[in-house]
Amino acid sequence: MFLSSVPEMMEWGLRGASRSRRDALRWRLASLAVFLALWSVAGGLVELTKPFNPLFLPAPWVVIGALLDLARKGQLWVHVAATLERVAVGFSAGAVLALALGLLAGQVRAVRNVVEPVVELLRPIPPLAMLPLFIVWVGIGEGSKVGFITYATFFPMFVTTVHGVAQIDGRLLRAAQSLGARPRHLFFRVILPAALPDVLTGLRLGVALSFFVIVISEFVGAENGLGYLINDGRNFFLVPQMLGAALLLGLLGYAGNGLVRVLERRVLRWQHPR
Amino acid sequence: MKIRVRGLSRTFVAQGRETPALLDVDLEVAAHEFVCLLGPSGCGKSTLLNIVAGFLRPTAGEVRVDERPVTGPGADRGVVFQEYVLFPWLTVVGNVEFGLRLKGAPAAERRGIVARYLELVGLAAHAEKYPVQLSGGMKQRVAIARALANSPEIILMDEPFGALDAQTREVLQDELGRIQRVEHKTVLFVTHSIREAVYLADRVIVMTSAPGRIKQVFTIKLPEVRDRFAPEFTHYESEITRVVKEEVAKVHE
Ligand SMILES: Nc1ncnc2c1ncn2[C@@H]1O[C@H](COP(=O)(O)OP(=O)(O)OP(=O)(O)O)[C@@H](O)[C@H]1O
Ligand SMILES: [Mg+2]
Repeated sequence: MFLSSVPEMMEWGLRGASRSRRDALRWRLASLAVFLALWSVAGGLVELTKPFNPLFLPAPWVVIGALLDLARKGQLWVHVAATLERVAVGFSAGAVLALALGLLAGQVRAVRNVVEPVVELLRPIPPLAMLPLFIVWVGIGEGSKVGFITYATFFPMFVTTVHGVAQIDGRLLRAAQSLGARPRHLFFRVILPAALPDVLTGLRLGVALSFFVIVISEFVGAENGLGYLINDGRNFFLVPQMLGAALLLGLLGYAGNGLVRVLERRVLRWQHPR
Repeated sequence: MKIRVRGLSRTFVAQGRETPALLDVDLEVAAHEFVCLLGPSGCGKSTLLNIVAGFLRPTAGEVRVDERPVTGPGADRGVVFQEYVLFPWLTVVGNVEFGLRLKGAPAAERRGIVARYLELVGLAAHAEKYPVQLSGGMKQRVAIARALANSPEIILMDEPFGALDAQTREVLQDELGRIQRVEHKTVLFVTHSIREAVYLADRVIVMTSAPGRIKQVFTIKLPEVRDRFAPEFTHYESEITRVVKEEVAKVHE
């Protein structure tokens, strides 16, 4: 948020967010409300007039009812936890690998020359195209699901990290050296902080991609997870369950994104200090 | 001699052709001396400064600091760049204490030194700001304080005030003159402004057009605190202008 003038700052101090900001929030909430209302009306109409089986388009309360039902039976949390665990483990492994290799490749040209061509070769392949291969190699269990997330998230995080390191202004390194910095200082006090904005962008892409690919791998040979719930819903024609699981996935992805954003705002405060 | 440059040459390879940027430069700077380098654009001033700083290697010749050959950058030679190179993720304090932290100076000592130099450059009130919140002149003050706080004996400055407006520039010249009367650093200072050179320097060195050599050296015999409008001042100014103009004219031939 930019508070560039004194009147703006006074307004902020007196009334909270500026008019435009509060207006924006209002529009967002209104848009959501309208969407929910339209959905409810459509769902209600279908239920009343039955132009087709109302199961195809359940109203919001039916979807929420289905989720509550699962929660009451104690199943919902099991599925959410399973998905979250796979995402957490797979994403973390991907992040560690991508950061370690990316930071190295960004600095050492020889490493970059070896790693980058391979990455550039594999990167354009849609990760989903590799899933069957993963299953053939690792089997259908947890390993392939977690490993698949690691594989898919590695690329954006690696590429942004390399970019973050490679684009560092050489003058910053020179300035640090003239202040007495040795190579290890340069890494921790210049390269890392300078690359951080790009690294965090990569993490955000990685989180989004995790939730994107986990669903598909839970379609295949899973016994739990939100992806499993969706597939299970398809087999048994439980549309409310399918929609409910999809909504939850959306919410989790949104929360994951929000988490990285909070982290970004924290550690990148220098970009927009107040 | 604090800095001794001997037979220094540097050639760059551009588009497959070797072009000499510096040719056989000899230069000596005494301890506590303030030396300004003047010369037409592209004559190799930055190249010379970068070699003394240890950022660049010479093709021939050598640079000695305290009689020891320079092999790379080091904390004994502070550098102030033209484009205010601050660490954007650190506050003003964080920038100024950067070198002290590397040395492992205890917090109390750091605080004292940082406060002293922020006071010296008039930025005490902006200690907790980030570089994006500072004007160009303020950033360059931070860069100067950062170099000084690390207590190098030599300070190398490449057109440090080149990107500033005329007013701010004179204010900073005044400040730098005042600081030098307190700190007595050995300074090598590149500029395009003849006025600036005469105002600050003990000696002004005019370089030839590329490849750069030393054309003429002027020892400025003016009082420590200088008056830009004194007749002796303008005399030096016009004298040096004449010599610089000869070289600038050659660039356009
Ligand atoms: N890294 C480089 N690669 C190739 N040529 C270079 C390089 N750095 C400088 N040169 C060349 O060396 C010559 C001297 O450059 P230098 O930057 O030292 O000039 P300068 O006197 O500082 O000029 P200015 O006053 O415009 O800053 C120029 O012809 C320039 O093109
Ligand atoms: Mg230059």
